[in-house]
Amino acid sequence: MDATVSTGTEDSVWGGGNRPLGASYGKMMMWFFIMSDALTFSGFLVAYGFSRFKFIELWPIADEVFTHFPFLHGVEAPMYYVAFMTFILIMSSVTMVLAVDAGHKMKQKSVILYMFLTVIGGAIFVGSQAWEWATFIKGDYGAVETNSGRILQFVNAETGKRAALADFAETLPEERVKHQASEGIWFESEGYKTSYSLNEVVEGFKATPNILIRTEQLNEEGEKTLLDRKQSLAKILEANQVVEGANLVHNEYGHRLFADFFFFITGFHGFHVFSGVVINIIIFFNVILGTYERRGHYEMVEKVGLYWHFVDLVWVFVFTFFYLV
Amino acid sequence: MAHEHKLEIFRGLLKFKSNTQKIWGVLIFLSIVTTVEVALGIVKPRALTHSHLLGMKLLNWIFIILTLVKAYYIAWDFMHLRDEKTSLRRVIVWTPVFLICYLIFILLFEADYIHNVYRDGFITWNF
Repeated sequence: MDATVSTGTEDSVWGGGNRPLGASYGKMMMWFFIMSDALTFSGFLVAYGFSRFKFIELWPIADEVFTHFPFLHGVEAPMYYVAFMTFILIMSSVTMVLAVDAGHKMKQKSVILYMFLTVIGGAIFVGSQAWEWATFIKGDYGAVETNSGRILQFVNAETGKRAALADFAETLPEERVKHQASEGIWFESEGYKTSYSLNEVVEGFKATPNILIRTEQLNEEGEKTLLDRKQSLAKILEANQVVEGANLVHNEYGHRLFADFFFFITGFHGFHVFSGVVINIIIFFNVILGTYERRGHYEMVEKVGLYWHFVDLVWVFVFTFFYLV
Repeated sequence: MAHEHKLEIFRGLLKFKSNTQKIWGVLIFLSIVTTVEVALGIVKPRALTHSHLLGMKLLNWIFIILTLVKAYYIAWDFMHLRDEKTSLRRVIVWTPVFLICYLIFILLFEADYIHNVYRDGFITWNF
């Protein structure tokens, strides 16, 4: 209670001097905040579950979406990078507990070291998440979208592997102009121009007999349905635009809500990690300046620690529901 | 909590000598659980993806249970709920657990209903 303002009435029951449930005021408030934040996050995750159950048989398969690892180009590495990120976050949680533990023993030097390591861990995590976002936004194979907003992806019939648009699209002597709001319909404009026009993809598809279409529909094996060549030729006529990468409106991985939730939930979590890092840095400097040494206890480190572990806790759930299940 | 720590995990099966040791022990345990999760997610054993329990793949049940196990150890040992008073711990844990279960129940049932409407109803959404 030393951290709160002294009113001189600590001896009376209502004077603020007693600690209900054995927790100080600040710690109790941190728990209040964490509980409300937990409910916010569960609201998001359950909303994700809602949309997923709604479109259960055409939801994208996370293993096929997150397949990249930095510096390993062209190597299929589903989940390894997220597993690495999870490990980093758990590790920085551990250094945080060690900082709290050292704080209890009033070891200023160890608290400084552990707080520093925690900040580094958090920074690596945020950086990884930025990389993950960039990879997701850039996309890898490209796809076409039908009139109803369904995604059609392409597969090489010989190898059975995904085919990128560049593998078969033709280059036609046509000029594709980026649609701007100032020209044509004023309320419509394009954020980016795809590398191939719809026409080029469709013509290339017709000219390349070993390319098949894969729809979003999951079959009984839990895999995406692969159409044969005849069905594919009929299906390509429904296409109305080329999609490369992901944004809030279109994404090449499948249902558009998937990208929306990805950006929203991991973004909100990333924001928490970011603010956690900032708060940790502030506390780190306070420890160096000896603020808590003079105050006589390191409870502030403990309170920030609670927040930091909570961020880790949330990630454990995001990891499961976004990448594993 | 200040200076007393409960140093037992797994219901007293494993007792550590100091708080620092317990932290490293919990880290090792959490890493093992994460590794198992990732390995299962990559291998996807056929026996687990093709058997269902209460309408969900067995593999997914395993993932969710392992997640709750991890959450338990993060909250109990890293957020040191283990050392708090029982009443405080119960207030912190059971209030959100109750509300979240309620939310999950309502929203997932509703989503399943909408899914059935899309599938069986007279709505064309794939054209």
